Amino acid sequence: MLEHIELFFKSIFIDNMVFAVFLGMCSYLAVSKKVATAVGLGAAVIFVLAVTVPLNWLLDQYLLRDGALVWLGPEYADYNLSFLSFILFIATIATMVQLVEIVVEKFSPSLYNSLGIFLPLIAVNCAILGGSLFMQARDIQTLGLALNYGVSSGIGWFLAILAIAAIREKIRYSNVPAPLRGLGITFIITGLMGIGFQSFGGMLTGGGEEAPAPVEETTAEKVIEKKEIKEEIDSKDVSYNDAINK
Amino acid sequence: MALLTKKDASLITDPLADNNPITIQVLGICSALAITAELKASIVMAVAVMFVLGLGNVVISLMRNVIPSKIRIIVQLIVVATLVIVVDQVLKAFAYELSKTLSVFVGLIITNCIIMGRFEAFALANGPWKSFLDGIGNSLGYGVILIIVGFFRELLGSGTLLGYKVLGDPIAKTGLYATGYENNGFMIIPPAALIVVGIIIWVQRSRNPALVEDN
Repeated sequence: MLEHIELFFKSIFIDNMVFAVFLGMCSYLAVSKKVATAVGLGAAVIFVLAVTVPLNWLLDQYLLRDGALVWLGPEYADYNLSFLSFILFIATIATMVQLVEIVVEKFSPSLYNSLGIFLPLIAVNCAILGGSLFMQARDIQTLGLALNYGVSSGIGWFLAILAIAAIREKIRYSNVPAPLRGLGITFIITGLMGIGFQSFGGMLTGGGEEAPAPVEETTAEKVIEKKEIKEEIDSKDVSYNDAINK
Repeated sequence: MALLTKKDASLITDPLADNNPITIQVLGICSALAITAELKASIVMAVAVMFVLGLGNVVISLMRNVIPSKIRIIVQLIVVATLVIVVDQVLKAFAYELSKTLSVFVGLIITNCIIMGRFEAFALANGPWKSFLDGIGNSLGYGVILIIVGFFRELLGSGTLLGYKVLGDPIAKTGLYATGYENNGFMIIPPAALIVVGIIIWVQRSRNPALVEDN
């Protein structure tokens, strides 16, 4: 439970998709002129992330990662299909976005109309693919955590676009130097917000240095586990060969 | 420039300044910001995008008459994803350390909106040669911004360029450091990239007032 809470707050504040890793910046900059549209897009991003990250977690776990195919039989343990992850992840995302589009159109035409072009464009929002790729890179352990990660990074993105849209609505009344108007000032405000969000870095460590990384332990364990599996297979091979020789 | 007609040449030169994909079209921002703390990573990223966009534009342009418009986004994504896998595998094989620095951002070339944007806006309506030039031009425009940002962030943030200590040694206090200069740690953190790009936009629009937007 504790790790769920930790991951939740970490993905929203510390590893915020917009301010820490710059994902989904294009739509963040293009669709943040009005709060209303920003809310619609943010909600759609949360939803799509919540669906695609767990799905891609399953794909990664049972198809792509080194030794994932072991459920097919011990002789498949050496296969590593992770080079295919880009193409499979993006295929999942494109399919899910299409599906969401069809479902929303059927059950809530008014929401569908208000989202308009943004819904299909989510397929090429780097926040979505980035969510899946970071899920893979950070070695998230369970399906529940993957779901948590998807939802909470979606919320982080939502928060960011909501904040910038609100600021941009107000900035219309201020006297910005002409060449900075529009895009320039949005960039600089985002930068300042990013610096602000960096102060959340101490949130889970009580202001101390970096939290001790449990990730390394688990990966080490994993390596050992994998070795054990391999040894098992090797010993099976040996006994098999022995049987043949006899 | 006998090879290129004037119109063809403008396909390459326009995106460099007045129609720059990053500062004017607002496309492909994510990677432009995330990997520019070092100049080397920026250059590699620019080359990778040039490869993917140049080749992808040609492929899409060749297929433009047979792609049903309803599924064109999936077709485009598959083409990009295939090219990006090639880039990723090449990087892992020949520049492993660098591929670690770039981490997921190589994969994110797939969703780099410059690529989808150019496919939609150009390759679907033009022949292969023109599309190729357009792809090269736009990735050059993208690369220019990346390299400018990478140059300033690495120079001011770590006092190096491509790993060479151009400002002297910060520990032995040689060169500029002897005068009391310190590295600006602020330039290394991610939000600094946003502010540097903001300043580039400022400079660019001050030079060309036609680009100024409404608030």
